[in-house]
Amino acid sequence: MVWFDEATLRPLVPQVIGVLVRRGADFAAAEDAVQEALVDAWRTFGDGDGAGHAPRDLKAWLVTAAWRRFLDVVRAESARSRREVAVDAEPEQGLTEAVDDTLHVFFLCAHPALSPTSAVALTLRAVGGLTTRQVAEAYLVPEATMAQRISRAKRTLSTAALDRPGDLATVRRVLYLVFNEGYTGDVDLAAEAIRLTRQLATLADDPETSGLLALMLLHHARRPARTEDDGTLVPLAEQDRSHWDTDLIAEGVAVLQAALAKEQRGELQLQAAIAALHADARTAGETDWRQIVAWYDELLALTGSPVVRLNRAVALGEADGARAGLAALAEVDPGLPRHRAASAYLHEKDGDLATAARLYAEAAGLATNVAERTHLVRQAARSNQGLSG
Amino acid sequence: MPKYLLLKHYRGAPTAVNDVPMDRWTPEEIDAHMRFMDDFGKRMEASGEYVDAQALAPDGAWVRADDAGTAPVTDGPFAETKDLIAGWYVIDVDGWDRAVELATELSMAPGKDGRPIHEWLEVRPFYGSPTSTGD
Repeated sequence: MVWFDEATLRPLVPQVIGVLVRRGADFAAAEDAVQEALVDAWRTFGDGDGAGHAPRDLKAWLVTAAWRRFLDVVRAESARSRREVAVDAEPEQGLTEAVDDTLHVFFLCAHPALSPTSAVALTLRAVGGLTTRQVAEAYLVPEATMAQRISRAKRTLSTAALDRPGDLATVRRVLYLVFNEGYTGDVDLAAEAIRLTRQLATLADDPETSGLLALMLLHHARRPARTEDDGTLVPLAEQDRSHWDTDLIAEGVAVLQAALAKEQRGELQLQAAIAALHADARTAGETDWRQIVAWYDELLALTGSPVVRLNRAVALGEADGARAGLAALAEVDPGLPRHRAASAYLHEKDGDLATAARLYAEAAGLATNVAERTHLVRQAARSNQGLSG
Repeated sequence: MPKYLLLKHYRGAPTAVNDVPMDRWTPEEIDAHMRFMDDFGKRMEASGEYVDAQALAPDGAWVRADDAGTAPVTDGPFAETKDLIAGWYVIDVDGWDRAVELATELSMAPGKDGRPIHEWLEVRPFYGSPTSTGD
């Protein structure tokens, strides 16, 4: 017997959907059938005499239950349309097939025909094994709205070209969106994104996917120190580093090192490398800014991204002084989000509090969330206080 | 129970008594204000009167369809003269008097020098909700 709980159950969801699809079920029907089978599983093992325990091979049990649910639907439909269907069960799969099936479900849910919102919702249900209600709560929308979004996504998939599903890059984008949503309701989306990325990294053996996993782990490790109890943002330099999760940092660094050893560097590995250098510093003062600038140089050469150019200017300000940072910032498009905040910070560091206060206040007006706005107004206030006192 | 909207404005409301932009407060005064707002939300949840709270960014635009109804016509960013909503609370309370009481409480949020802002809040009944106790 194995312990029966969500943590055991949810990783099986994409595997079981994958098996049904391989046996000839279309994705939408397979996904419905597996959700039904999950309800059956909770009813059978979730309470009553067998409480907390499930059969040794829970996956086989779910495949049987889901397949039965699928056949019920097919027979009902064929009875209506007076068609005969022949459905034959296939033999047990090998390990490689199971990996391929699960990856296929990841790829379908990140199909390029889906909008990002739809891909996220479908991934959380069909890959993450969350219920529609849980996904709805996590995104603070009514359950009926989320149910519509998911069924529309499945309809889109049923007409889309399934020979060209998503690939690892599209799946990574979806998982990163989920990660950045953080946690608002009962479901911790950042933790869920990490779980799914960990699963993907195991299935795919791909350095950039490992890079994404490392990046998530290293960011997540700092979460306990990133905000105060009332939601106030704490900047990196002021965080209480004893609240960082050292286990997650160690795992992130190990995953990153293994990825970098493959010598196929990509954007996510480089971003993770920068996060690792921050995580490595016991105090803000010990941060190896010179090495961080070197990683930004490589990242900039690879991507040419204006956002990277902006972050590099701030890092250069730490490594070579505020003037060097401001000179680098002068080369960056001033219309970028956070340009004004970066400029304010570098002017403050340069001792020009009047300019810093003005820029912080302007940056606050451009902030895209309340926590950031409050933080920037507070920085403006602090600079003004420094001027008068 | 009747529902009311407590509306906060960036611009367009009558001027508050203690009207100083927040970047001219001390950081400690800002912290005190944030704590008050946080507590206010928690108190309303604890009393079973909270429905929703949202904050709006100051940017955005007017949008309408063009004459053919096929393309958007936009007008923005908003002029300085526009009445600009900053956010709201939706509350579900016993009646108008309680809605006014909560708005009064919110208006007393601390500001510059730790003194209450005495901000003006717009209190709007949802249809079906009275604007007086009916006595």
